Amino acid sequence: MKDQEIREMEWPYPIRWGKEKTVNVDVLILGGGIAGCWAAIAAAKNGRKVALVEKGATIRSGAGGSGCDHWESAASNPCSRITPEELIQAMIRDNFGYNNGVSHYIECREGYDRLLDLEKMGGKVRDIEDEFVGAEFRDEDTKFLFAYDYVNRFTLRVWGTTFKPALFKECKRLGVDICDRTMATRLLTEGGKQGTRVVGAVCVHGHTGEFIVFKAKATVLCMSRPTRVWLFSPGLPGISEFRPPQCTGDGHAMGWEAGVEFTMMEKSVKGEWSGPRSFPPYGTGNTHNTWYACSMVDVNGREIPWIDRDGNILKSVSDRYRPAPGQKFFLKGGGESEFPNYETRGPDILPVDELLERGYKLPFYADLPSMPELERKAIWGLMVGQEGKTKIPILGAYTKAGFDPNKDLLQSYGDGWKSGAFLPQERQLFGLPGGMVNDWELRTNLEGLYAAGDQLFASNCHGHAAATGYYAGRHASRYALEASSPEIKSSQVEAEKKRILSLIDRDFGMGWQELNAGITRIMQNYCGEVKSEELLTIGLKLLKDIAKEEASELRARNPHELVRCLEVLNIMTNAEIILHSCLARRASSKHLHFKRQDFPDIDPPEWHKFVTVRHKNGDVVVGERALDYYGSLEDNYLAHNQDYLQRE
Amino acid sequence: MRAKKVTVFPEPALFNPLTFDAEICNGCNMCIDVCQVDILYPSPEEGKPPVVLYPGECWYGGCCVAICPRPGAIELRVPLANRVHWKLKNLKQDTKTG
Ligand SMILES: Cc1cc2nc3c(=O)[nH]c(=O)nc-3n(C[C@H](O)[C@H](O)[C@H](O)COP(=O)(O)OP(=O)(O)OC[C@H]3O[C@@H](n4cnc5c(N)ncnc54)[C@H](O)[C@@H]3O)c2cc1C
Ligand code: SF4
Ligand code: SF4
Repeated sequence: MKDQEIREMEWPYPIRWGKEKTVNVDVLILGGGIAGCWAAIAAAKNGRKVALVEKGATIRSGAGGSGCDHWESAASNPCSRITPEELIQAMIRDNFGYNNGVSHYIECREGYDRLLDLEKMGGKVRDIEDEFVGAEFRDEDTKFLFAYDYVNRFTLRVWGTTFKPALFKECKRLGVDICDRTMATRLLTEGGKQGTRVVGAVCVHGHTGEFIVFKAKATVLCMSRPTRVWLFSPGLPGISEFRPPQCTGDGHAMGWEAGVEFTMMEKSVKGEWSGPRSFPPYGTGNTHNTWYACSMVDVNGREIPWIDRDGNILKSVSDRYRPAPGQKFFLKGGGESEFPNYETRGPDILPVDELLERGYKLPFYADLPSMPELERKAIWGLMVGQEGKTKIPILGAYTKAGFDPNKDLLQSYGDGWKSGAFLPQERQLFGLPGGMVNDWELRTNLEGLYAAGDQLFASNCHGHAAATGYYAGRHASRYALEASSPEIKSSQVEAEKKRILSLIDRDFGMGWQELNAGITRIMQNYCGEVKSEELLTIGLKLLKDIAKEEASELRARNPHELVRCLEVLNIMTNAEIILHSCLARRASSKHLHFKRQDFPDIDPPEWHKFVTVRHKNGDVVVGERALDYYGSLEDNYLAHNQDYLQRE
Repeated sequence: MRAKKVTVFPEPALFNPLTFDAEICNGCNMCIDVCQVDILYPSPEEGKPPVVLYPGECWYGGCCVAICPRPGAIELRVPLANRVHWKLKNLKQDTKTG
């Protein structure tokens, strides 16, 4: 094998700077990840003309493209012992009310329907090869496999590496116009004004630089959430964060410019994942998520105890998969929530500090060899293998290097599944972060504009993205059926083209990496763990300064760099949304991981609400909503979805 | 100014995420088409392995390796600092890196 020999080459694709093509559709989906594909499928099934715009390659794009090993909250599956209503209420309480009741209720109710759809498309969702016959986590009739709470059975183990290609094929079969390598850059609004109906979007092609202007009756945003706001690795930018690097939260930035309302954007957590700092995700010994509930030992082979929510030592491996005495069900186990609610708290190992005090010696190891055979096979082979980013880099690479799950102990590093230590100011949007506010149709505050998946506030997970994607696609297509034909304001298109072309018209300037690093430094310094009016105000001022000075020197030398530059400009906008949101909440909050030095009282009752922000004519409009603004979940769901309930 | 002809210079990688075996790879470019970050580009020479134009932007998910129809043609390399360790359960033996 030799090093790359190419020293200079011509750009391999035709260059079409400044050229433009216009496409007319009923429903425009921006982002071809999990939510986007499902939205496209729903709209196409409803007979609408649909375009799906994806920056990468739809066949594997997005956080869920490479795999998914557990499908959470499928409470309507026939084996579940809890109802969608019980589950959603627990999820809301677990987050002290700071959760998206609408979108997670949709997940709890419709997630299982999407799994069945996936199966029809060729995805694998049950143990049809009978590899796990007799396992405690298998239902022998349906051949479904379950994770975490084996008694209540609402999270399924699945073969998620099969999902994305199946969705891609289904989109093609239904005639969706899939536009890969195309970045959405700006939403178009009626009259070109902020806060009006959304009528399409401007996009740019990442190989040719050509503009594509979409006119659409309805638009669904599925571009995930902001990243690289605090964390940036100049050497390994592709793994600066957990999610794929081209998922930079462009939808948030575009929404902000158009006047979309956001909430919970003040919430950020200390870094949990970042490539250069932590080990490959799911690639170290731990007890969480994909690895739940693996046995652990210390360096001398001393077994690490598992405890239930009351601190009782659990005697068998099987006990780790059952609720505690007197407990109805548990949510996930393995200490996944930093502030677990006693009611639904799952089993875990003793906290690391306590283990060290009791004389357990570092390093610790995952002890797969001591696990019962089917549990071991479920963790190593099924979960590690089907989970995103594990098939090649973990299962494949470790096996090739000689790792044997029947004999070897896999080392654990640092604090649980995070496998990397971060400073308090090294933050990210993780867990259930902020995003767009939605109503019962998953519509934003703007007419014609819908959102799904990680684009929504307090969202995460594959099943959630699938369920909300399908739901938003369905409601957007119903709106599109009756909506008037969209009118595009050409001056808005021209202004966007001008903004983009200015990046390639420079002979000299700053690369996108330098600007990204500069933004993250501002955010670490002025929007770190402890916040105050003064710090946040300085942060905003500095951001404005670089937007005016340095960002106007940003330069792209080819279409690929153009996409990267536009992303960093979006990151700058996202940083601004976050700073405004932090200024707007004048109280500290435990569950929002939000510390204001100038308002140290934690969760005073008058601040127990959603604070919202939106952009209007250069100003920021701050608003609020009650934590239960969505009303009765079941009643509202039924009122808005009779067609679905009757038809599907 | 806006150039019609664009030239690129694959720079030496700080971290090298992929290696190709030119004997096995037939330049079918399927790995290029599947890469969501778009770091791979077709070689100017037909039938040759792709050019890793933006190695630092790799997400290390391995979809390029998974889709390759010719086993051994492409391999994913996890950066050295991010590799993990394991040891045999029943032996006091040196740790291995993978
Ligand atoms: C490694 C990994 C493993 C995971 N495993 C699980 C699991 O086992 N179970 C689980 O429930 N959840 C899991 N998750 C989380 C889950 O994958 C995500 O919550 C889910 O994919 C979110 O779907 P989404 O459609 O909102 O975003 P994504 O699937 O990330 O899709 C967003 C898409 O938008 C595209 N895009 C972004 N900007 C633009 C733009 N400007 N123009 C056009 N397109 C754009 C991106 O390229 C991307 O394809 C995992 C996540 C990761 C990273
Ligand atoms: S590992 Fe992923 S990001 Fe890296 S080259 Fe392969 S497909 Fe692209
Ligand atoms: S590495 Fe594999 S997929 Fe890529 S061009 Fe070579 S043979 Fe084709």
